[in-house]
Amino acid sequence: MPAALEQANESVVSVDNVVKEFGPLRVLDGVSLDVTRGQTVAIVGRSGSGKSTLLRCIAGLETVQEGMITVCGHAVGRPGSAARAQLRRDVGMVFQSYNLFPHLNVERNITLALTLVKRQSRDEAKKRAAEVLAMVGLTDKIASYPEQLSGGQQQRVAIARSLALQPQVMLFDEVTSALDPELTAEVLGVMENLAHHGMTMISVTHEMGFARRVADMVVFMHQGKVWETGPTADVFANPRTAEFKQFVGSEL
Amino acid sequence: MIQLSVNHVLYLVEAARWTILLSVIAFVGGAVVGLPVALMRVSRSGALRGIAWGYIQLIQGTPLLIVLFLSYFGLGILGYKLDPLVAAGISFTLYAAAFLGEIWRGSIEAVPKTQWEASDCLGLNPFQQYAYVILPQALRIAIPPTVGFMVQIVKNTSLASVIGFVELARAGQIVNNSTFEPFAIFTAVAAIYFVLCYPLSVAARTLERRAHAGRS
Repeated sequence: MPAALEQANESVVSVDNVVKEFGPLRVLDGVSLDVTRGQTVAIVGRSGSGKSTLLRCIAGLETVQEGMITVCGHAVGRPGSAARAQLRRDVGMVFQSYNLFPHLNVERNITLALTLVKRQSRDEAKKRAAEVLAMVGLTDKIASYPEQLSGGQQQRVAIARSLALQPQVMLFDEVTSALDPELTAEVLGVMENLAHHGMTMISVTHEMGFARRVADMVVFMHQGKVWETGPTADVFANPRTAEFKQFVGSEL
Repeated sequence: MIQLSVNHVLYLVEAARWTILLSVIAFVGGAVVGLPVALMRVSRSGALRGIAWGYIQLIQGTPLLIVLFLSYFGLGILGYKLDPLVAAGISFTLYAAAFLGEIWRGSIEAVPKTQWEASDCLGLNPFQQYAYVILPQALRIAIPPTVGFMVQIVKNTSLASVIGFVELARAGQIVNNSTFEPFAIFTAVAAIYFVLCYPLSVAARTLERRAHAGRS
């Protein structure tokens, strides 16, 4: 199956030597990263290592000073990047704070972008909302408002809302950091399921168990650099740098 | 003792209708002008922000009384003789727009930045972000202080009496000129203002409590 092989190696996200500065602070210091279709990548590291910033740059929420970011063929990260609307169709983003729209019920949270951006009819959009809610196991919450849901449920709705737009890559920014262990498990379960279904995913996470179990590739960031990276099993079995050894040790 | 006839009271109540009319003009005009002012204040364009800022500073830094004098006597001398109702309507619109613009700017800014990011990531354009995500939430935040400001408008319409606009306060003066019962008359005037304002105050407080309850 040469065609399928070619597709499997297709680059979805390419980060090339990116520098990001907030004033005098260099948050990303020459970061490069390549993610191919279907890959699950876990970005780990201490607070302030630049991992969330890297994800926000890939999502097009931040501009970068140097380097290139390409996502699904769209150039990202430079002011006035014209392909912004295109990029939005291909990239889904889930946040630590869920960021559901509090004035809209679960269904409308999901259908809003479908009707406004994808120009689907109300009926089509509602059908799609029901589908994605079933995928995250929240069919019965379709008429609820965000404040009536637990944090874990809100986060699953947020994932469903992103999935509804059929992105090619999903970005997860510490999506379980605000949740207690039980709720964390239900959200990670949804993400694991997504990974098994071949979704290309990049997760910034503190969940080492999840990273070990689900990620194909681990990226350890330190001081704004990719300090250590490789296939998950290798990286955890043979940490090369003292910093990663210490980090993995402290997480256990 | 008190020599206030039914006719006098009826005259005051009729004048109160002009107070209500001017209040409505001020509020509607203020809203129509104030919303663009608020949006300009949070605009990405520095020029638009500057214009709106200048306008708000100018109006908030000037007594409403002087704005009334300018639009009635000032424009009159320049050859634009306005009806007192028109002059008062313009003055109150300018006044309300500046304050509502500032109240609403605060309400828009009170919507968390993450709501912008989330809607941006879903592909909504800036207009859609405002219309479907930001303004509906800002509206909820804005209702209590907006209703509270309406009380200020109702009371401040009494200033329009100085340009000869016969609203409630001016009517009180007129009745007093013929009856010389200032205590009784102005008590009646105050009572009518109270009847107009109290429901608004109660509404503002209730809405505020409800808004806070919904935020927990």
